[in-house]
Amino acid sequence: MTGAIASAELSYELVVNGRHHDVNGALAGESLLYVLRNRLGLPGSKNACEQGECGSCSVLVDGVLVCACLVLAATAVGREIVTVEGLAGPGELSDVQEAFVENGAVQCGFCTPGLVVAVHDLLGRLPDPSELEIREAISGNLCRCTGYGRILAAIDEVRRRRLGELP
Amino acid sequence: MTLAPGTTSTRSAPAGTAAPSAPSTLDRPGMTGAIGSSRRRPDGVPKVRGEFAFSSDLFAEGALWGQVLRSPHPAARILGIDSTRARDLAGVHTVLLAADVPGSPTYGLDRKDQPVFASDVVRYTGEPVAAVAADHPEIARRAAALVEVRYAPLEPLVDPAKALEPATPPVHPDGNVFRHISLVHGDVGTEAPVAVEGSYEVGMQDQAFMGPESGLAIPDGAGGVDLYVSTQWLHVDQEQVAACLGLEPTEVRLHLSGVGGAFGAREDVSLQVHICLLALATGRPVKIVYSREESFFGHVHRHPARMWYRHSADRDGRLVKVEARILLDGGAYASSSTAVLSNAACFAAGPYKVPNAHVEADVVRTNNPPCGAMRGFGAVQVCHAYEAQMDRLAAELGMDPVDLRLRNALASGDELITGQVIKGTAPVAEVIRACAAAPMPMPDRQGALGEDGGRNGVGIGEESEEMALPGGAGRSADARRVRRGVGLAVGFKNLMYSEGFDDSAAAACRLERGVVTITSAAAEVGQGLVTLLQQIATEVLGIEKVVVAPADTGIGSAGSTSASRQSWMTGGAVEIACRRVRNRVLEIVAARHGLVAGLLELSGGKVVAFDGSLAEDLETALGDEVVEETVTYCHAKTMPLDGNGQGDAHVSFAFAAHRAVVDVDLDLGLVKVVEIATAQDVGRVLNPLQVVGQLEGGIAQGLGLAVMEEIVLEDGLVKNPSFTDYLIPTALDMPVVRISSLIEEPEPGAPFGAKGVGEPPTISSTAAIAAAVRAATGLPLTRVPIRPEHIALGGD
Repeated sequence: MTGAIASAELSYELVVNGRHHDVNGALAGESLLYVLRNRLGLPGSKNACEQGECGSCSVLVDGVLVCACLVLAATAVGREIVTVEGLAGPGELSDVQEAFVENGAVQCGFCTPGLVVAVHDLLGRLPDPSELEIREAISGNLCRCTGYGRILAAIDEVRRRRLGELP
Repeated sequence: MTLAPGTTSTRSAPAGTAAPSAPSTLDRPGMTGAIGSSRRRPDGVPKVRGEFAFSSDLFAEGALWGQVLRSPHPAARILGIDSTRARDLAGVHTVLLAADVPGSPTYGLDRKDQPVFASDVVRYTGEPVAAVAADHPEIARRAAALVEVRYAPLEPLVDPAKALEPATPPVHPDGNVFRHISLVHGDVGTEAPVAVEGSYEVGMQDQAFMGPESGLAIPDGAGGVDLYVSTQWLHVDQEQVAACLGLEPTEVRLHLSGVGGAFGAREDVSLQVHICLLALATGRPVKIVYSREESFFGHVHRHPARMWYRHSADRDGRLVKVEARILLDGGAYASSSTAVLSNAACFAAGPYKVPNAHVEADVVRTNNPPCGAMRGFGAVQVCHAYEAQMDRLAAELGMDPVDLRLRNALASGDELITGQVIKGTAPVAEVIRACAAAPMPMPDRQGALGEDGGRNGVGIGEESEEMALPGGAGRSADARRVRRGVGLAVGFKNLMYSEGFDDSAAAACRLERGVVTITSAAAEVGQGLVTLLQQIATEVLGIEKVVVAPADTGIGSAGSTSASRQSWMTGGAVEIACRRVRNRVLEIVAARHGLVAGLLELSGGKVVAFDGSLAEDLETALGDEVVEETVTYCHAKTMPLDGNGQGDAHVSFAFAAHRAVVDVDLDLGLVKVVEIATAQDVGRVLNPLQVVGQLEGGIAQGLGLAVMEEIVLEDGLVKNPSFTDYLIPTALDMPVVRISSLIEEPEPGAPFGAKGVGEPPTISSTAAIAAAVRAATGLPLTRVPIRPEHIALGGD
């Protein structure tokens, strides 16, 4: 048992938010979520279920929205990983982040980073989604505080702003 | 719009999710504009950037990972524990058992009946038996699995009715009945010409907060420990942890770290004692983060309830008597069961005038998971029953259900079945009328998207039309077999702690160089208290620069973030502390200038004289001088219930009504909640956007209990401890919430007249949805959550 854990230690490099990170002495079974949170000092992606049901760990891997808890970190070598920490520059907010704050979409905030990443993905793919399309797109992101109402309001505001319907 | 005390106003909030302008339309100018405005929450920006430090995000150099081993049996004797193999695993630093607990072997909110680690017997599936600290969480998990516990399984007591039988052997030395309340009000022998009776059940709901239990304990090197943790009540944790560690409370310092939701589940100790024991045993920082599965075992749940009711009334619909028997399953340990039962008994008849009542209520111990606090506790369970009864009575009388409720609605000055006269506001008829008057959603099923669908002219294709049916795409039967139903329900509960509990909140206000710092131990759990405290300070002091300091046990207790009490309690402490600071500042400045303090005012960060003779920046006026005031706020005293369940046990009450519109697929039993309309008694709106958030979020949890959420038990085993199998509402399940009205009748004695708003949304929303499904199906549906088979197979 002991030997099995020790012999599985790996070292590799990950590219997260455009930066190269060395990962040393990791266990082979560590998820991308674990490595981001505990080895790379990027705890923005959250650990609400760690089984792919809640979306709180949503990140982009090569532009594809995934649950970081379901990706083995060692399989993400050579891929471009974007986390919530990489959506805006230091001290800045993306339009989605700004709208979440302004519209009351944030309460406890544990689901928020995953939702913000998922909404960036949605509006990047589909600039003018219907309300049902929005609801469907974020139905993999569980929120227990808000009942989603203000989250939908925030998304709608970003949609309209990007379409030029709002100043 | 200005409000004079004692006047009533209502405000209409925009319905629907496509209303991003909600805050600005709700804003109202006040003295400074701080109270009543939708200020941004101060933690919003770090939260959207992923920089807010939740308790699972904490890091300490050299930290070990803790893991708890839990019982796989609901009831068993422990014959022996061998931790040798676990200790021998490389990377393991310690394995702790019951014998390693230096202080009190047990803890508990109300009575200390729960072992830190089981030693002789386990009483529920998931009860902690051992804890491990290791270099890596995976090593800790494997080590925990290597602890060999020899169990002799026992027949579990899983039927709460059996727990009441005297012949049933006790599950615990303290016995199987946590509390019995016999409430007798008026003449219980009175008869009336019309009576309806029914039996009702509520399943076990989980709070399912998103941020799992987690924390970081750091030994201080002098025998004490600092614990960074998510909790609802730092001081009551501190008291319990210190007792178990055999330390003075001052040696166990608790710090609130970022809390990922609570809803009652963080009122009890979970990992607090274990993590401190591991840290003190190893001399290293220790971190524990529960998995979602462990979280389901690691906290208490909402009490399942079995209820029998008989309502008696005159032929004109006036309630004459309510009789009820209430049985709550408290699970293995006491937690807050006695308080939950008190609420269930006190509010058993609903927000109605009931001259005669007889309630027999019990909460019992079983080998099921422990139950305790969840949003609206006690009140939620009975509301499901009494509102179903009101509909039955209306049907029996041939009356409109709304008219029946209005005929019996409580008002200020009326008596509850506890004999307590409501001295504060009680706009029950107002919430019913406003809710019932809300416009109906469009008759077609796209009505679920709001009247303008969020956007006019955007075509909803066939695929999305299917998505809007009950069950969503690919699951619906014949659309012609979908029926719509409408139901309305009203509920209420107390604000603050009751029955003579010594309930207080401490807070400090410090003014230094023009910046206000508010300090308290009150737990921000996501609800937005930090925003309200800033608003209150700004309102009182006329200063915009307000910082809310991190909460810890360095100041007196704020009491629990529960019972809808923090806006009132810590809000009240902050208001008074700020007023005292203001008065002292004015006195100081008046003395320096030879003016009269009463003629000075703080406004816009300046000290100004009414006659214009002075207008000085605070920083200039005070220089280096620091003005600080600490206040402990108490609410009006309450008293225990007497032997007949009578007494002025509560401080204040809040009311809400909900109207649900549902579509039900009769063949598949699937329910789509199309819209929830609501009106709520809020006293005064402190922050419109946050009130909307509490209403929508609370309703989502009520919806979950109505048609989705239940911890499924089989012989004491939890069958669905995951988000794969315990389903909570998603954005597709949650409909538009139409806030028909927020009734603003300022509550006497409440800071700014505001009532807590967190719990009422969860109380009657479940009952309204159940009523709507009954209306759509014609089935009795006496149990929540309503499952597809209850509808498709035609019964409970």
